[in-house]
Amino acid sequence: MAIINLQNVTYKYPLTDSPVLHNINLQVNEGEFVAVIGPNGAGKSTLCYTIAGFVPHFFKGELTGTVEVAGSESSNSSLHEWVLNVGLAFQNPFNQISGAKYTVFEEIAFGLENTGVPREEMKPRVEAAMKLTDISDLADRSPYSLSGGQQQRVALTSILVMQPKVLVLDEPTSQMDPIGTREVFSVIRTMAEQGMTVVLVEHKVEWIAKFADRVIALYEGQILLEGKPQAVLTSDLLMDKGFGISRYTSTAREARNQGLWQNDRPLPVTLDEAVEGFRK
Amino acid sequence: MNIEISDLQFTYPTGVQALFGVSLEINSGEQVAIVGQNGAGKTTLVKHLNGLLQPTSGYVRIGDWDTKQHSVAKLAHRVGYVFQNPDEQLFSKNVGTEVAFGPKNLGYASAQIAALVKDALELTELSDKTETNPYDLSPTWRKMVAIASIIAMDTPIVIFDEPTTGQDAVNIARMASVIAKLRTQGKTVITITHDIDFCAENFGRVIAMSRGQMILDGKSTMVLGQEEVLATTYVDPPQLTRLGKRLGFEKTVTNKAEFLAALQK
Repeated sequence: MAIINLQNVTYKYPLTDSPVLHNINLQVNEGEFVAVIGPNGAGKSTLCYTIAGFVPHFFKGELTGTVEVAGSESSNSSLHEWVLNVGLAFQNPFNQISGAKYTVFEEIAFGLENTGVPREEMKPRVEAAMKLTDISDLADRSPYSLSGGQQQRVALTSILVMQPKVLVLDEPTSQMDPIGTREVFSVIRTMAEQGMTVVLVEHKVEWIAKFADRVIALYEGQILLEGKPQAVLTSDLLMDKGFGISRYTSTAREARNQGLWQNDRPLPVTLDEAVEGFRK
Repeated sequence: MNIEISDLQFTYPTGVQALFGVSLEINSGEQVAIVGQNGAGKTTLVKHLNGLLQPTSGYVRIGDWDTKQHSVAKLAHRVGYVFQNPDEQLFSKNVGTEVAFGPKNLGYASAQIAALVKDALELTELSDKTETNPYDLSPTWRKMVAIASIIAMDTPIVIFDEPTTGQDAVNIARMASVIAKLRTQGKTVITITHDIDFCAENFGRVIAMSRGQMILDGKSTMVLGQEEVLATTYVDPPQLTRLGKRLGFEKTVTNKAEFLAALQK
């Protein structure tokens, strides 16, 4: 059953002439892990803001169509009701950190404080969330003294601790090293397996292929393609329109032109698919 | 202009030691990528090149200047540094003024400033945005403004801290062409990156850091093939390097051309 339901959503920021999202129709089922890809400026972050209620509640502007999450409609709800269902980790963690807290521990507790969670429940929840993302050792550091990758973990943790039904993540690993990326993806997958619904904007397609249930390709504010990761991520259309594709895919495509990849074989996205295909 | 770093140690005022004796030389016109896990000391290292940080012990020389003897403002004549987060760097009301700020402060003649600004804007494809406020641009274009404002300073050494973060394929290709152009101008380019495929495709020399030390330094085909050593600093070899290895190629391949050539054999 769909927990996110966007019907004919068109949105324009204030003081701008053209919409950033055009007639988006999107349903995401409970527990589904959906990845959103697209070139810069395609509307990916705006889509995240829309699901998270920042559009239109915070950014204002003109929204038409309906946005429903967990049975309520965003135009009839306030942002403070909305955040109980949907958590958003921003693209730039620096924009998310409250600036009101001296330590990472307090920063992560900030959302719980503001939603009236009792103190005795707060502490174990913060500790468990920090353990999950492996930042327990940063508890007493200032959020501003951390590296970009560490700040991203703190930003993600401060959302996870709220235990939202829907987790919206806007490039949560952009400043992380590859192992950090792997760890964060496995945390996200665990959350999805436990029933959390995940909408993830990401450029790292190899990881999407491994983890996501479905891929939405966004282009100029519209859904260009959607479907199973393998099918979407190897589509010729993506390469023509400036989407990032894996080196395995682009190399196999070129190899196919040279007769070094079987014509009828789907192109690879992951290392294992590439190894198997090139061994034939 | 050569860079010489000798037994560089650095401890932050908080008592955290970030660099444990780094020694290296970078020759004029080299293109070097620095890779390694978050917290390895990459940014701390490059902040020593323009004097933002001063060695706790050891020394850093930019050409004949010891960074301890010269101010950050003076070192800005030799080293341009593009921050990881453009928002820490941009402050002017429009792109044109922002990009002109650096060369103006270096005291270039106004005709030269105009020419440098024009070239930098063309290279970063910002020529149609000179009147725009940088904060009305998307983060992607703000990053390009940050890059243009450093390139316009025409320093012999340019440092990029994570230039491809959050960038799509088109912008990464644009970044690669910026680096290629700087190479033809004979500039030294030092880039911190987690994008190992980008590193393989654009840099001849790679330095891997871990826990405040250099653990590998050499030609990219040599460094990027060392899967076990790189794993200790949380770096995976490039996709095609891993693929070549799994397919049993004798030589390390790092890019598409090398891979297809090896495949044909």
